[in-house]
Amino acid sequence: MILPTPQRRLLAAALLVLAGLVAAGCGFSTEDSGGGSNEPETEGITLYSGRIPAAIGPAVDIYEAQANRDVKVRFAETADLAATLVEEGDASPADVFFAQEPGAIAAVAEAGLLTKLPRNILDRVPAQYRDPEGRWVGVTGRARVIAYNRDVVKQAELPPSPFGLTDPKWKDRVGWSPASSSMQEYVTALRAKYGDDRTKQWLEEMVDNGAVAFPDNVTIRDAIAKGEIDVGLINHYYVAQAISEEGPDYPVAVYFPPGGLGSLMLLTSVGVLESSDRKPEAFAFVRSLLSKQSQAFFTSSSKEYPLAKGVEPDPSLSVPIAKIPVSDSSLVDLKELQGTIELMKESGAL
Amino acid sequence: MAAARRAPLGLLALGALIGAAAVLPAAYLVVVIAGDFSAALETAFSSRALETLLRTAALTAAVVIASVAIALPLGWLTVRTDLPGRRLWTVLCTLPLVIPSYVGAYLLVAALGPNGLLQEALGVDRLPSIYGFTGAWLVLTLFTYPLALIPLRATLRRIDPQLEDAARAMGRSPLEVFRTVVLPQLWPVLAAGSLLVALFTISDFGAVSILRFQSFTAEIYVEYQSSFDRVAAAALGAVLVVAMLVLLLASSRVRGARAVHRLGPGTLRPTQPYRLGRWKWPALIFCSLIVLVAFVLPVGVLIYWASKGISTGSTSLNTIAALGGNSLLIAVWAAVLGAVAALVVAALAVRYPSRTTRLVERLAHGGYALPGILVALGLVFFSTRAVPALYQTIALLVFAITIHYLPLAIGPIASSLVQLSPRIEEAARGMGRGPAEVFRTITIPLARGGMMAGAALVFLHAMKELTVTLILSPIGFKTLATDIWTQTTYGFYEASAIPALVLLAVAAIPVYLLSEQGAAPS
Repeated sequence: MILPTPQRRLLAAALLVLAGLVAAGCGFSTEDSGGGSNEPETEGITLYSGRIPAAIGPAVDIYEAQANRDVKVRFAETADLAATLVEEGDASPADVFFAQEPGAIAAVAEAGLLTKLPRNILDRVPAQYRDPEGRWVGVTGRARVIAYNRDVVKQAELPPSPFGLTDPKWKDRVGWSPASSSMQEYVTALRAKYGDDRTKQWLEEMVDNGAVAFPDNVTIRDAIAKGEIDVGLINHYYVAQAISEEGPDYPVAVYFPPGGLGSLMLLTSVGVLESSDRKPEAFAFVRSLLSKQSQAFFTSSSKEYPLAKGVEPDPSLSVPIAKIPVSDSSLVDLKELQGTIELMKESGAL
Repeated sequence: MAAARRAPLGLLALGALIGAAAVLPAAYLVVVIAGDFSAALETAFSSRALETLLRTAALTAAVVIASVAIALPLGWLTVRTDLPGRRLWTVLCTLPLVIPSYVGAYLLVAALGPNGLLQEALGVDRLPSIYGFTGAWLVLTLFTYPLALIPLRATLRRIDPQLEDAARAMGRSPLEVFRTVVLPQLWPVLAAGSLLVALFTISDFGAVSILRFQSFTAEIYVEYQSSFDRVAAAALGAVLVVAMLVLLLASSRVRGARAVHRLGPGTLRPTQPYRLGRWKWPALIFCSLIVLVAFVLPVGVLIYWASKGISTGSTSLNTIAALGGNSLLIAVWAAVLGAVAALVVAALAVRYPSRTTRLVERLAHGGYALPGILVALGLVFFSTRAVPALYQTIALLVFAITIHYLPLAIGPIASSLVQLSPRIEEAARGMGRGPAEVFRTITIPLARGGMMAGAALVFLHAMKELTVTLILSPIGFKTLATDIWTQTTYGFYEASAIPALVLLAVAAIPVYLLSEQGAAPS
């Protein structure tokens, strides 16, 4: 059928609209946990997850199978979800919040949106890995390490702590991510241990020494792999993940600095919303995240440290968890975090 | 000009409704700022905010100038000359708009960054750094110039050929004709296109964060992601709204001062395309260069990644089809609603200029200068309080995306209305037709080019929208863009390449349709 041009155009536009309407008519497709395909039919809790599907799906499946409840999961950036929870207030559809960064869950707790967790959850995790007021618990731990390109740098050359990276020897060779929350947590811990003046001095020296600012840990890791920079301050597991993807020839290795703060532990954590009307189920879900089975998934798949008592870390994690300090300040006080931002802005790091 | 004609009441009411809807994100900023006014004031007027604003203004100006410098020759070559393969060039030159800016930035770093593909190819130790201003400028120009090109082409097609023919008949050179006859008629649409490019640039987060340029939007994200300070974020958002109003004012000045109507009847007489002659080769080289850098290179990298991704078997065909369907669903609805709403706003502003209709137009721009996170949070705030039943439904998501991108459609439609002499409508009124009938039978058909362009722009942006979708979609609802996000978060670029390519393929449909109507008769 040959139509004159305007009609053809109109027809095509109409078809496009029709396609949209058909898609609407059939119902859009959704797929919630990102994990298994056999979802239980009974409706269960709603989870706001700062972790991507691959990093939590199987843990959700474990709970769904045990509880025979369907968990609905919203995935987005942790900070965006925290801001959303604050705007939603009591009207939030969420029952549980899983935060990738400690600051975000502290912000939500501070806004009075998290309920106190029962003893039988809190007791599963050592005291240093949870909120002193019991509003959230840590699920996994991530160590702040120095990553380096082992084709260019020998481990013996690396300084005992990031304080040593201000040496002229490292000029323009170091990557960091001042805008990422993990770096900011680290700076907050530095302030707690060494005071604001020493911390500011270090930040300024890093900037003067040409530290390259990246948006996040992944971009630092990739820049080291490409030889763009030689060392970087990142979370340990990003490198472990790349090695398991790329094979043993991957040029980036990690070094747990023994001096200074050591390789500070940062927590991913979970809390239950005060507004939830499914609290018993939400608590059961949190317990499930801390079960041996789920914890084993976290440590073996993403190479994070499991935080529940009695769970062994993945064999690839050669530095024992007891050797990695948790700063008091990383059990976050938001005001401290804002002080950190100020300090980083003043020193030109941010 | 018919001075101070009264707008039909129905149209005005509809416009007011649209304006009120579009201003919701800005209204949310006001609510949050009112919560702690002094802190907000301190943030908004800090020297840091000023520095960031100036830095962002410099970037915006540079991106706008470069975009116009690319769009103007491309538009003219593909509409008004006998350039071989005009249709193909049109599609290829418009498609870069579909590449999300964060993908574009990753690709640029992969290609031109330290130890990237170019450095390897040249075998040199070091290239000039692409980070900071240069990289942000390059990426934003390459992936947003189509915002100026699309409305420009729609206008070029409808330019009255009589003036040009007369000038040519009087022996003026093509360049002179362009400068003295064509260019003056293009000011309104260039202003509208520049506005879109400028607003996109100031609201972008993806490219500037990867290319390490501390723009105003990046500053807003620092407030959310680091300090969890919603008041400071809202205060900075309010500064963006003010900046947007200034740009809008400048743009509408140009549009008002330079209005040129067609003299002839409603139907177009085909123009004779210019013969390029020996200029054919330079023209082809110019088009090829743009297409190479803004389209072929990025798509090449994507295909390379995708081939690696397929071999590791990451994404199933069914999943991709479902994601594509979801993206299409949102984008088509947003495009249709956006074009209709924009027609109302543009018709009011152009045909019935008054204080009220100008206000409606400004309100309707409320959501575009803001980064997605502020638009999303604004709707979270209002919908959980006013219409909880709609919260996190498709309807609300489409609504949010429509108001976010509404200005994209207003510009081209307003330009096409400016070009269309109101006398035609007046004549119809004089013949006894009612205002609604005139609107339906005269205004809409003649503004169709602008409406198609506007709808396509909204469609393309809705296809790649991320932040609003993540927060406001029904739970479990995934699109191609959210899938790309999921994959790139942990650096799985190979896996993200497949949805990115599908996104390009789907978005090519409206671009193709547009190009068809843009082809000059031969």
